[in-house]
Amino acid sequence: MSAEQVLGEVKKANLRGRGGGGFPAGSKWEGSRNAPGAIKYVIVNADEGDPGAYMDRSVLEGNPHSVLEGLTIGAYAVGSHEGYIYVRQEYPLAVENVHMAIKKAEEYGFLGKNILGSGFDFMVIVHQGAGAFVCGESTALMTALEGRAGEPRPKYVRSNVVGLWGRPSVLNNVETWANVPLIINKGADWFTQLGTESSKGTKIFSLVGKITNTGLVEVPMGTPLRDIIFKIGGGIPGGKKFKAVQTGGPSGGCIPEELLDLPVGFDELTKAGSMMGSGGMIVMDEDTCMVDVARYFLDFLTDESCGKCVPCREGMRQMLKILTNITRGKGKEGDIELLEELAETAREAALCALGKSSPNPFLSTLKYFRDEYEAHVKEKRCPALSCKELIAFHIDPGKCQACMICLKKCPAEAITGGKNLISIIDQEKCTKCGTCFEVCPPRFRAVTKISGEPVPPPIPEEARTIVRESKQK
Amino acid sequence: MSEILLQIDGKEVRAKEGMTLLEAARGAGISIPTLCYHEKLEPYGGCRLCMVELESRGSTRLVVSCVYPVEKNLIVRTRSEKVDRIRKMVLQLLLAHAPDAFDLQDLALEYGADKDRFEKEASFCIHCGLCVRYCAEVKKKNAVGFVDRGIRKEISFIPEIASRECWNCKECFPLCPTEALQAAFVLTKALAFSSPSLEPASGE
Repeated sequence: MSAEQVLGEVKKANLRGRGGGGFPAGSKWEGSRNAPGAIKYVIVNADEGDPGAYMDRSVLEGNPHSVLEGLTIGAYAVGSHEGYIYVRQEYPLAVENVHMAIKKAEEYGFLGKNILGSGFDFMVIVHQGAGAFVCGESTALMTALEGRAGEPRPKYVRSNVVGLWGRPSVLNNVETWANVPLIINKGADWFTQLGTESSKGTKIFSLVGKITNTGLVEVPMGTPLRDIIFKIGGGIPGGKKFKAVQTGGPSGGCIPEELLDLPVGFDELTKAGSMMGSGGMIVMDEDTCMVDVARYFLDFLTDESCGKCVPCREGMRQMLKILTNITRGKGKEGDIELLEELAETAREAALCALGKSSPNPFLSTLKYFRDEYEAHVKEKRCPALSCKELIAFHIDPGKCQACMICLKKCPAEAITGGKNLISIIDQEKCTKCGTCFEVCPPRFRAVTKISGEPVPPPIPEEARTIVRESKQK
Repeated sequence: MSEILLQIDGKEVRAKEGMTLLEAARGAGISIPTLCYHEKLEPYGGCRLCMVELESRGSTRLVVSCVYPVEKNLIVRTRSEKVDRIRKMVLQLLLAHAPDAFDLQDLALEYGADKDRFEKEASFCIHCGLCVRYCAEVKKKNAVGFVDRGIRKEISFIPEIASRECWNCKECFPLCPTEALQAAFVLTKALAFSSPSLEPASGE
């Protein structure tokens, strides 16, 4: 196949970037191929940093050759002779296996000078990332590869035209590259059999959170979320109710139950206010507080912001403060509106994709779970009974059988009781760790969580003794 | 270099290829606010104040004018409801750090930014990077740099270099829109320059 034919096949397969953006790989390659200059680069983005996502790691650890082969094919199509693999140093086995694969490929003549007698030269260099999430962003990754601090560039020129060291550079995700050999071997028509109108092929998802079967799953694009979560994932453990699924990593969004029949695809998820991202899927059950989820992801992103532009650095600093206050019962009237203003500023004015998408966790949870935000702010109530500052643990005197398990397990020594004495939680001493709630035997279920209402006064001493019927006789 | 004709705020503007929107606008006497821009330095795109609205091929979008290159027939609006709203928010975020900075106060007046919208932050620095970039790009000394990232990012003089270079330069001081830079220098001086081996030789 000629380079043009390879490019044509990848374009025909409509292979879209698996790392997040969903940009058509073929168009990206073509842009680089047509860009002026003799030196061009191809790069593997293996800076997988989303919490709970490890698709790229498993591909690199398990089948690094698929990535190398894809990269070599891409280099051939683009006219590049030098490739880079930007891999997190937190993935030691992936790093080791990639190095081994490159060595093996060189030995067999699959990499190096005059590959398999074709006259095509191509070498691959492994670069280990130093642990910055933002380096998964294309321009930040290239800046880091150049040996500088990994910060995004404010350029309005695509990096496939002006990229690494100012040269045309094709950057694709691990999974995207790994799809390329399949497309070339089996043809674009084979590849496009699976998928939706705009998203072809399969996608690996990392299914984690409150789900029975956790792990990596590869499904055809277009599979409904419900099938992934309930048929493959086995649903929610412990008889709990499904609440939402977070897709697309920290800057993705939460999708509620009513949208579970959504087929997974780049455009479908974006329309629902989330995104495909690299394929993280965090399942949440009814015990998850959606405001706290937004706070958690904002916390992650604030920590990972490079700090270059104001809307991201300062905007997120403030968003995180406000969200933290809301989850602590210190929310004020107007907080939600201020968060919305800050979200607009970040979305419209931030420098890179990390900043622009940083308000997504907030916006999507607000869109589908606004009532939870309002309950926190107005009633100081956490509907999921999860935010510590807004809940209290209470022992129902009618249900407590004075088994004293909670009393013994309480790390704060906040529970008083004794033989045949109904246990009482001292609210002043309680640290809300939830141990009593967990250890109370299911046949009693005497410990309850309360939010938004006062804790009932402790039962009077004289009524506290349990009189056992068997002993009366 | 071919000439490019574009429209900024309804005014026909001639620009040279390779110029940025900001340069073209300022060349035509149209003002766009900036904090991190300096004509001697590479555009940084950090403060985002110079955002303008672009109209091309029927849709509008926001771009930062200090980086965006001029294009033929572009229609640019340097003020719009959205642009003003974003500038106001950016200013309010920065005023939490440097409420007394004159540049910020002037802009706050123009855009109706409330300096008390957010709680005051401990650091004065607004991270425009002027000092860091001036020292690196113009003076080529790298005596001052950024440390850490995100909300923990701060400017810091590198004592080994600062004790050698800064004493006779200090050209970065007037660039700073806040008081942070001088304070950081004074601190570095107090901590590092006092050691006799690093004291600048007299008459230097």
